[in-house]
Amino acid sequence: MQARRLKERIILYLLAFCALAALVTLLLIALFTLKEGLPAFREIGLGKLLLGKVWRPQREQFGLVPMILGSIYVTIGALLLGVPPALGCAVFLAEVAPAGVRAAIRPAVELLAGIPSVVYGLFGMAVLVPLVRRIPVPGNTGYGLLSASIVLAVMILPTIASIAEDAIRAVPREYKEGALALGATHWQAIRGVILPAARSGILAAIILGMGRALGETMAMIMVIGNSIMIPRPLNANPLTLVLSQARTLTGNIAVEIAYATGLHESALFATGVVLFVLIVIVNNLTRLLMRRRK
Amino acid sequence: MIRKTPMLTILLALALAASGCRPTPAPAPSPMPAEAEFSGKIIEAGSTTVQPLAEKLAEAFMARHPKVEIIVQGGGSSVGVKSAGEGTVDVGAASREVKDSEKEKYPDLVVHTIAYDGVAIVVHPEVPIDGLTMEQVRDIFAGKIANWKEVGGPDKPIVVVSREEGSGTRACFEELVMGKDGPLITEKAILQPSNGAVRTTVATTPYSIGYLSFGFLDPSIKGLVLDGVKPTVENVVAGKYPVVRPLNLLTKGKPTGVVKAWLDFILCEEGQKIVVEEGYIAVR
Repeated sequence: MQARRLKERIILYLLAFCALAALVTLLLIALFTLKEGLPAFREIGLGKLLLGKVWRPQREQFGLVPMILGSIYVTIGALLLGVPPALGCAVFLAEVAPAGVRAAIRPAVELLAGIPSVVYGLFGMAVLVPLVRRIPVPGNTGYGLLSASIVLAVMILPTIASIAEDAIRAVPREYKEGALALGATHWQAIRGVILPAARSGILAAIILGMGRALGETMAMIMVIGNSIMIPRPLNANPLTLVLSQARTLTGNIAVEIAYATGLHESALFATGVVLFVLIVIVNNLTRLLMRRRK
Repeated sequence: MIRKTPMLTILLALALAASGCRPTPAPAPSPMPAEAEFSGKIIEAGSTTVQPLAEKLAEAFMARHPKVEIIVQGGGSSVGVKSAGEGTVDVGAASREVKDSEKEKYPDLVVHTIAYDGVAIVVHPEVPIDGLTMEQVRDIFAGKIANWKEVGGPDKPIVVVSREEGSGTRACFEELVMGKDGPLITEKAILQPSNGAVRTTVATTPYSIGYLSFGFLDPSIKGLVLDGVKPTVENVVAGKYPVVRPLNLLTKGKPTGVVKAWLDFILCEEGQKIVVEEGYIAVR
């Protein structure tokens, strides 16, 4: 009897330990990044870091605005390009596709999520960049926001598609049946009843995709050009903004950390802190939306 | 399966032969200063430019002294200086001079220049220009000249490709081409984090210009004549080519024991032969 209880206890503690490990790791990483970034916050100042427009470490200028904007633009671009096909895919898989077709497409979508990002980067560099370069605008190098957004759109598609599909499937059958009974066509039922009912789940899917887009590094380095400039249109046409080179927050760290020392190194950790805060915000948004769904 | 077996046997035999080769000391009379039996472990870290060369030099030394193990790591020039200065590695590597601020921080650093490396200005192979002056290169990288027609080429915008801040190759380029207090490299420049990535970008981007270590020159890009001097090892040796930097190994204090033996080996005839084979310039 005693031995049984002891065994039970040990297993419970073991389980709790596993759960704690994730929490402790997160705390350690957050603390470490903060600690390493602290000299930058102290010596450069939060204001100059967040609002400075020039990143020239050798001149002791550490403004993160170009990278913050780069990350935001490329994420918006990826969402604009990636969300519509991802939702189309989700609706098709959940509502339209016969079981056989679904069995073929779903694994393919999931496999898309498993491709290492460096492979996406290679594909982008070898195929997309030369294609984008054909857009006849002077100064267009092919490297930039458009190429990066397309690559990211493909990368976040599986995340959004599979979570949105689950959300659509979670809509009670009666809703759809009710709509059909009232004489709605299948498409009218999808648009008017099912999608609105699954709205919060779909939003959560999009925000998760957004988190992934913000954090992506390797593929971005390979196609975005990594210039330290604030992204801006190449000529009078504001649409040429998408052809501008840029650098993301993640890329800023990955490109420079190998050679950085002193304040420069600390500023890169501070970049990590900014990214960390951004992602915490995005994740909390997701949680909030998920909770509202229940 | 049956067809595979002989192949496997051959591979196994080869592997055995190869491993059998290793412990045999080099039979040829060697110019090494001391042919004593060394053993021990050396950890080297730092510059990614030096890394492939250091790996070759380590391999050759380990083949001769099977009891020695040399581990070569990357990290970048600044990491090389820092870890050698702090004594966390036996040997640090830097593809640039040690800065004054670093000398101040780590006063016992001893610098061993093992080779020289030229930095070549390269363009996409279809750019119809074979040479530029130093001033033109400076103006192009500063963004003052933005079109090839200003230097006698076609009416096309110039795509500038550079290395990231802190890279030894960039430090050398900035010091010797842009000038110590000269203009900054344009913020529009595409930045790539390694010599190899710069080469790929310049090779695939029409009307682009970049710079890279001599060791990375190949037919996929065109090395430019700079101030009338071709980017070749001979011209560096002759003192004509202007953009040259030292490849340094660093130790904390004077090297002793097996570390000294390795450095001696690198600086002797055989080590320097490897330096030349890898496309760098011997120090002697």
